[in-house]
Amino acid sequence: MGELSLVHFVVLGAILFALGLFCVLTRRNAIGILMGVELILNSANVNYVAFGRYGHAGYDGQVFAIFVIMLAAAEAAIGLAIVLGIYRSFETIDVEATDRLRR
Amino acid sequence: MSGAASWAPLALVPLLPLAGAAVLGVGGAAIQRRWGKAAVGRIACATVGVAFLVSLVGFLELVGMDGEHRLLVADLFPWIHVGSLRVDVAYALDPLSAVMILVVTGIGGLIHVYATGYMHDDDAFWRFFAYLNLFTFAMLTLVLGDSLLLMFVGWEGVGFCSWGLIGFWHKELANTTAGNKAFIVNRVGDFGFVLGIFLLFWSLDAAGHGTLVFRDMAAHAHALDGKVLWGIPVATLATLFLFVGATGKSAQIPLYVWLPDAMAGPTPVSALIHAATMVTAGVYMIARLNFLFAMAPATLNLVATVAAATALLAATIALTQNDIKKVLAYSTVSQLGYMFLAMGVGAYAAGVFHLMTHAFFKACLFLGSGSVIHAMGGEQDMRKMGGLANKLPATSTTFLVSTLAIAGIPPLSGFFSKDEILFQAFTSPWRGHLLWGVGVVTAFLTAFYMFRQYFMVFTGDCRADHETQHHLHESPPVMTVPLWILMGGAIVAGLLWLPHHSLFETWLAPVMGHHAPAAAHGETAPASVEYGLMVLSVVAAALGILLAYAMYARRALRPEVFSNLAGGLFYRLSLDKYYVDELYGLVFVRGGIALFRAVAWLDLHVIDGLVNLAAAIVRVLARITGLLDLYVVDGAVNGVAVATQFAGRRIRNVQTGAINAYLYVIALGVLGGVLLYWSLATAVTGG
Repeated sequence: MGELSLVHFVVLGAILFALGLFCVLTRRNAIGILMGVELILNSANVNYVAFGRYGHAGYDGQVFAIFVIMLAAAEAAIGLAIVLGIYRSFETIDVEATDRLRR
Repeated sequence: MSGAASWAPLALVPLLPLAGAAVLGVGGAAIQRRWGKAAVGRIACATVGVAFLVSLVGFLELVGMDGEHRLLVADLFPWIHVGSLRVDVAYALDPLSAVMILVVTGIGGLIHVYATGYMHDDDAFWRFFAYLNLFTFAMLTLVLGDSLLLMFVGWEGVGFCSWGLIGFWHKELANTTAGNKAFIVNRVGDFGFVLGIFLLFWSLDAAGHGTLVFRDMAAHAHALDGKVLWGIPVATLATLFLFVGATGKSAQIPLYVWLPDAMAGPTPVSALIHAATMVTAGVYMIARLNFLFAMAPATLNLVATVAAATALLAATIALTQNDIKKVLAYSTVSQLGYMFLAMGVGAYAAGVFHLMTHAFFKACLFLGSGSVIHAMGGEQDMRKMGGLANKLPATSTTFLVSTLAIAGIPPLSGFFSKDEILFQAFTSPWRGHLLWGVGVVTAFLTAFYMFRQYFMVFTGDCRADHETQHHLHESPPVMTVPLWILMGGAIVAGLLWLPHHSLFETWLAPVMGHHAPAAAHGETAPASVEYGLMVLSVVAAALGILLAYAMYARRALRPEVFSNLAGGLFYRLSLDKYYVDELYGLVFVRGGIALFRAVAWLDLHVIDGLVNLAAAIVRVLARITGLLDLYVVDGAVNGVAVATQFAGRRIRNVQTGAINAYLYVIALGVLGGVLLYWSLATAVTGG
């Protein structure tokens, strides 16, 4: 293989995205789902930075990646707070168990 | 109009009595309780007294002005400004209204003073004076108002006060009925008056001079020339309507019936309202609008005819009445006939002069009769009086002089005023001699019935019972002094109109001079005719007095000789007032009731039937609408609800509550969307 190209980064992003999606879909643990979401967000970041580096859009991609990281931090804080709340009232963080609104 | 001198104090003349009326009307009961009746009387008399003084000052101001431009105006505030109609509340003093306000406040003031004595035992003392002051205000507004509309305000105001005062002793049904009768009969006349105002404004407005201010109307009256409505000249039609109003207020045929009944009121009221002032409003109105009446000879002829008929008819009724006030009431109607006769022949100044002299002697007669009634303890039947001259010296003297004055004996005022009217009637181009003849016969009858009254009341033996005789007393000075003053007026007022040297006519000339055709040609009649007529009328009066003397004082001629003529037919006709009241009762009251019954039947069966039918139709429609609502509208609403419920029950199964399941669906959806987009994109670009 020669030096690194855009394709390598895109494939990495796709693999990260698939792993994240798989994690989100299969986990019953709420924290596991949150972790899956973080993977998906970071796959997006990889793509942003890669396109920013190889494309012709200046620093837009990098700046967007910073925004997404910030967003992910906020999302993690709120998500963890919700998980804590769920734990307080259900004594569990199994998302299958939290179906009170349906009944 | 510009050029009229402004004189603000003029407004005081009507406003002072109004203030008195307001104070007494609102706080009269309290004042009477706290400070007694004397305080109430003082307030009432003071307002009219000061108004009289202001009138006098205004009169002197006028005298000091240039003859043709004697006019003082007090413009208070704009009243109605709509379209081309502009009416202000403004008072105007000209020679004619100056005469009127001096009569109203002067004689009215004396009657106020008299009334403080006459009404002294009445508990509603304050109410009486509140009405009396309000009346004075309304009458002054009537004569001072500078527009037809403001005059109408006063016109209605005096009507209202008249109603309140006729029925003043309202605990007796007859009194309130008399008040209602006066009011309702007057309404008939007022309707004519209002129509006249409307017609005048309408036609003047059409000519581009829409105004109701007297002097502007006089300036533009020629605009009515040649205008015709319903085939009648507008000037004639309008003056006819106005004359209908005058017959109501001034008790002429056919609307005179209320005045005799109005005697139910306290005697000062009869003197003030039903002799000296209010009933002369019609005469004043015609004199004020003389420029208009001069344009309508047909109306003037009707006025003269009605006036002569009224004078004669009322005089014949007065011959046989036994109620002391009824005689005076019919005498008033008859004398008003004289005044209207003067109007009808165009002798406006003479008519106003008779108005003034009549105010003096008739007020004196009424107040004298009040003094008699007071002394007799409320008795009004002359058959139970007699020989009162010794007991009531002041009353009998003043009464005798006033009786001589009304009979037309020289040199008292009645002689001059009545003679001038008769002379002007004689020289009138339209049926002049006939009118004069009726006037002279009436003068004869007047002398007869007035002296019949005097002799029955004051001479001979007293026919009252001992109880009444024992209590006979002369009235207190507060009542007799006004009598003396009025008597003085009745004596000297004639000096204002000496034949060929009439101060009064000269004084009024700016208001009437230019429009009096009869007065103009009257001067052409030789003086011998004038003095001959004078002698004739004095002879007629003297004959009347002699006849009364023979029948009621000497008893040389028994009254039955006349009363039994033609089987008593004439006597009964006169005594029962020609059954006019009965006729009116039959036609208008009974006829009215029958009409109302018919209308009530119509209402009950036809109108109510229609209304009920409409109601039934509405009920049927409502029933149909109700069913529609229940099954269609409610059905639709319920159907929506049921459908929603059903759909919800089905769709809730999708909502599993398992987050993973949702995520699968989302992922599949996104994947599907991407695939779809991709395949479409390749299809477009590839194709």
